[in-house]
Amino acid sequence: MNTFPGAAWILAGVFALSGMLTVGGALLAVTSQRVIRSVSGLALGSVGLAGLYYFLHSPFLALMEILIYIGAVCVTIVFAVMLAEPDEPPPEKPRPRARLETAVALLVSLAAGGALAWLGLHTRWPVARARTGDGSLRSLGVELLSTYCLAFELISLVLLLAILGALVLARHGRTPPPAS
Amino acid sequence: MTLPEPYRLAAFVLGALAFVGLNAAYLVWVERKGAARFQRRPGPTEVGPEGLLQPIADAIKLLSKQVIVPPGADALLFRLAPAVVMAPALMTFAVLPFGAHLTARPMSVGLLLAVAFGSINVMAILLGGWASRNKYAIISAARVVSQNVAYEIPLLLVVITLLMITGTLDLSEIVRQQAGGFWRWNVFKLWVNPLMPVTFVIFFICLLAETNRAPFDMAEAESELVAGAFTEYAGMGFGVFFMAEYANIVVGCALATALFLGGWQSPFGIGSGVGWFLLKLYLLIFTVVWIRWTFPRTQFYGLLNLSWKILIPISLGTLGLTSVLLKFIRP
Repeated sequence: MNTFPGAAWILAGVFALSGMLTVGGALLAVTSQRVIRSVSGLALGSVGLAGLYYFLHSPFLALMEILIYIGAVCVTIVFAVMLAEPDEPPPEKPRPRARLETAVALLVSLAAGGALAWLGLHTRWPVARARTGDGSLRSLGVELLSTYCLAFELISLVLLLAILGALVLARHGRTPPPAS
Repeated sequence: MTLPEPYRLAAFVLGALAFVGLNAAYLVWVERKGAARFQRRPGPTEVGPEGLLQPIADAIKLLSKQVIVPPGADALLFRLAPAVVMAPALMTFAVLPFGAHLTARPMSVGLLLAVAFGSINVMAILLGGWASRNKYAIISAARVVSQNVAYEIPLLLVVITLLMITGTLDLSEIVRQQAGGFWRWNVFKLWVNPLMPVTFVIFFICLLAETNRAPFDMAEAESELVAGAFTEYAGMGFGVFFMAEYANIVVGCALATALFLGGWQSPFGIGSGVGWFLLKLYLLIFTVVWIRWTFPRTQFYGLLNLSWKILIPISLGTLGLTSVLLKFIRP
């Protein structure tokens, strides 16, 4: 691989691109007025995040990020938006205390983010003895179904609840439920 | 023979682009000729011998047309959507195993890459349909999503069934396991699971639905939705959507070939090579065209019922059967 001219520069460029996509996509998702553009920003951010995962030597995680976050989550959000309202809603009147609320929200998120960053930088993390696994699919699967089995199964409980909720909502079809 | 890495990469990028372009152009010709023959008429004959230059004439026409962004449309997303539908299809070509040594980037998770990038396709058609600001386009986009979500489930279940048998996500390795005669292809591995041919049929049906081909072409139902999500696209905007459709068909059929039909392996155990891969690939593509001009379009709820009430239970059944058989029969 070292025969490639300027390989280091290309790698640095791709890394910077992934980082910018992640941050830019996230900003787009938050700041955009239209819901569809926000979802596009989320998808873009997921692509960037997938790139970062790839740089962490985890192609499996990178591809799962694309498969789940773009192929499932974003598509579901857009689908919901489409079923609800094809046209975008008219811009509502700005609420009276919108500025104040934004400032408080910004303050809280800055404080939380700063605290987490400080914690991350100043804690003496226990250094891993060696690589915890070889990162292969096999070791990942074994870990998921042995060490982290409980968390894995609990996540599926969330999905079960979602299915039950959908069943409850869709149970009566288009006719309103009988008044009882 | 191995070229130095930069040249190898450039050769593969150029090769993949040329392959996609050529296929998109000439599959349209095959489609039109095939349609004509199925309907007992000659098809394109005017431009070149047997109409062979027709795709080039079409391309020149499309390139010289103006791309019109309708007023009220989301101009950025409207222009972006064709690129987003084309790019993932092109990226998938990086992992397709054309021959024993003819893969642009052999990856240990190659199959996952193909599936992951395949899922972006829906998002792109959705964006295009929504950004057009057209009632027909939005109806079509909503249909595309419910269709693709419904058919992704049996597709992935079938792929998981196959993965339990192969034990790897590496497409080249999956093909290598099927060496030595057609009875060792995954579709005929009846001693592992007597229902293997059924899983192949499910995979193929889901492939038709995922690429929005007739009888599942709900996205571009020209008799009811004008041209569906592509109604507002003119010139090359439409052309790129069209190219992406054929690129996706090639990718899907190549995956079916590699997963079930032994990829580049010869059916007689000797003389394997790229030729066999291309032969199987084009036979499958011909079948796709054949089905399109033979079956009428299904009704929309018929399509959803087929997936949720028939395909998903069957694929879950084969998944269970395969796991039981793998556990108890093979050591």
